[in-house]
Amino acid sequence: MSGHQDNEELKGSSNMETEIGPDGQPLVSLAEVEDAELAQKDSQSMSQGQLIRRRFLNHKPAIISSIVLVVITLTAFTSIGFAGIPGWWNQSYLKSAELINGGAPTLHLWPTWLGGQGFAIGDHPFGQDNTGKDYFALVMRGTQKSIIIAVVVGAVATVIGAVIGAVAGYFRGWVDEVLMRLTDLFIVIPLLVLAAVLGKMAGSASGSILTLAFALGLLTWTGLARLVRGEILTLREREYVAAAQAMGSKTSRVIFKHLLPNTVGVIVVNATFAIAGAILLETSLSYLGFGVKAPESSLGLLISQYQNAFTNRPWLFWWPGMMIVTIALSVNFLGDGLRDAFDPRQTRKAKRRNKKELS
Amino acid sequence: MLKFILKRLGASLGILLAASFLLYILVINAGDPLGDLRESVSDNREHLMAQRTEYMNLDQPWYGRYWTWLTGVSKCFALQCDLGTNIQGQNVADLLSVAASSTLRLVVLATVLAAIFGIAIGVLTAVRQYSGLDYGVTFLTFLFFSLPVFWAAVMLKEYLAIGYNDWIKEPGFSTPQIIVIAMVFGFLMQVFLAGSVKRRLITFAVSAAFVGVAIPYLVWLNFFRYPQLGLVGIIVLSLAIALSGTAMTVGVRNKQVLYPALITVALGIIMYYATFSLLQAPNTWLLIGGGILAVGIPGAIGYFMGGRLRKVAMWVSAFTGFALAALTVLDHIYRAWPGFLKLKPRPIGTIGSQTPDFVGGFWDVFLDRGAQLLLPTILLAVISLASYSRYTRTSMLEVGQQDYIRTARSKGLSERTVIFRHAFRNALIPIATIAAFDFAGLIGGAVITENVFGWKGMGEMFATGLTHVDPAPVMAFFLVTGSAAVLFNMLADIFYALLDPRIRV
Repeated sequence: MSGHQDNEELKGSSNMETEIGPDGQPLVSLAEVEDAELAQKDSQSMSQGQLIRRRFLNHKPAIISSIVLVVITLTAFTSIGFAGIPGWWNQSYLKSAELINGGAPTLHLWPTWLGGQGFAIGDHPFGQDNTGKDYFALVMRGTQKSIIIAVVVGAVATVIGAVIGAVAGYFRGWVDEVLMRLTDLFIVIPLLVLAAVLGKMAGSASGSILTLAFALGLLTWTGLARLVRGEILTLREREYVAAAQAMGSKTSRVIFKHLLPNTVGVIVVNATFAIAGAILLETSLSYLGFGVKAPESSLGLLISQYQNAFTNRPWLFWWPGMMIVTIALSVNFLGDGLRDAFDPRQTRKAKRRNKKELS
Repeated sequence: MLKFILKRLGASLGILLAASFLLYILVINAGDPLGDLRESVSDNREHLMAQRTEYMNLDQPWYGRYWTWLTGVSKCFALQCDLGTNIQGQNVADLLSVAASSTLRLVVLATVLAAIFGIAIGVLTAVRQYSGLDYGVTFLTFLFFSLPVFWAAVMLKEYLAIGYNDWIKEPGFSTPQIIVIAMVFGFLMQVFLAGSVKRRLITFAVSAAFVGVAIPYLVWLNFFRYPQLGLVGIIVLSLAIALSGTAMTVGVRNKQVLYPALITVALGIIMYYATFSLLQAPNTWLLIGGGILAVGIPGAIGYFMGGRLRKVAMWVSAFTGFALAALTVLDHIYRAWPGFLKLKPRPIGTIGSQTPDFVGGFWDVFLDRGAQLLLPTILLAVISLASYSRYTRTSMLEVGQQDYIRTARSKGLSERTVIFRHAFRNALIPIATIAAFDFAGLIGGAVITENVFGWKGMGEMFATGLTHVDPAPVMAFFLVTGSAAVLFNMLADIFYALLDPRIRV
């Protein structure tokens, strides 16, 4: 989306207006000029990975989103601690306390010269819930769980989707037919319905969020499987695949070493969107009561627990909601940036046309 | 083509059957349906357990229960559906017919609105790629993608419904409010209409000034409590529609198109008076029949008077006729509004699909249903609008790079013809598939919307059914969504073949 990438790539040839060699001496022969030009061009050539990285770094929304995501994740995991390791935040999400000022948030960002109270964090920046628990700690706890669920779902769905798609696309024939009908089977049942049923099963079986996350991962791979299959169907006709087969590589080696690495763009982009989808799916399920259950916590559960508090204590409702929106929005923008980085065809062509129209 | 459709239908039915089996097994294993009774201490525990066992066929093994359900469903082909009984012994088929009507009303309306606006916005952003409008809309679509539905629903309830209901008691605007609204409206108008800086400034000034004058005038009329359109309003608006329709297609000089449109306007005004008393207490069939006539008769006029431009004349006249019918209905709704406000002082409802014990005339009931429908429809439509506009944009951009678009431009066609005749029609092909998936998905998504707004619809039926580990309602819900998915995919395939003659399998 950024407008600079083309100009930078075109710079190489136009840098030679003043013909001065690398050692500072003016150049005489034409051959030397060309050599110098070539030398300069060579220094600019980049590998595929470097190109992708630079395109990604030029995508401002994606960079901002990455920073936001890192900050949120670090805050969530370090503030209240994780897996027994204590964090830097001194309040607990379990301990009830006396309500101070009706549990209103003590976080103030409005500066004094605008009529606010100046910047202050206070004891309970996000306020307290109705039993006086520190809401910042609760929200951080919910964020931790939501992030864990999202990452696990993304990972499980990506692995299953990539493998099924690759196998279907590589073998074609009846294997493809069976696997694709299996995919259709999962598509025909609305995702939320299947997720609710599996979520309830996972909840009544163990109640751990990891079970829930694995169950959700078993459902959300269908889109990726279709995309990867499409890619593999064209890739498997390439010469290098025939060469690998002719040299006697095992089928698994052809798939995992030669085919799947070439679909990494599709896979990475879809993994991010799967993560964004998983966060929203988990919140919806917890809201309906089929996801995370009470002793555990998640952002969706917090909203559903406090949705009736909106008129009296809106902060109980605002903070977890804002957290979900921020995370999902950042992940979506990150995915958008990755897609532009891996597959820049569309943006490029359109830009060139615009340039022509301008000139 | 028929063979292709039949083959697809066969495959889809097979998948539907397998999916129903999978879902049934999962649901009956999701918990213990007798759990609450086992822990109960009441005297008639045994009796209750026996009763529930009978309702849910718990004495049969799992395959027996599935088989019973399947044979019941297969009777649907003989139009005698037997979907079993739920945990309380109610007949699920009866429950479903009530629940489905309210859910489908919601989902169909939301899908239609989302598709129309989403596609329009998508085309606009694709045409103005990398403009401020494009970035703004992109950001908004990403935001809508990331919104938890129930969270947005509570906000809508709080700010839109309760805010409006408080405001309608004594509608009015303070001067700063009017200025802000005028500024925002002017800004949006210049973003949409675009053009050079000068044109943008003029657009901004004119639309802001218009709002600045219109709002105090409407407040002075007390329009928000006593809205009126009146004969003058209808004549002016319908003439404007007839003229602009003609101008946009062939130009107002063309009598072959202009005259049928003007005759339609005259006929429409006569019909407005002729049907006045009839429309004060109409019924649904009357409205549907009137709507068909309002499109059909102008179409026929256009057909006979259009001559060489028959097709265009038909379209313009039919559209004018439809707009007139809509204006007539709007006029009657306006007339019913003050009475409706007396019956229901806080018009926009946040709970339920209709106000309980609501008694009133046809228009009052119509307004009541509409007001209850408003919030969930906005919510569902906005969220699926985001995906429509996104896909349309991508699809339009992809089509825009094709060679035939360049050919069309280079042979000197106007930009409007290139976009709508050449690009848009081809861009619609992938969108047809998405619409099919979206509709089925939206019924699934309605589970949450219904939960938030307290609708007694299919989603609620599903959620309660699953909580009680009661397969009959859950499977009834799946039957509707699954069939909808299969049906709409099929329609999408047929639509594909109609849009793209190359696809003839």
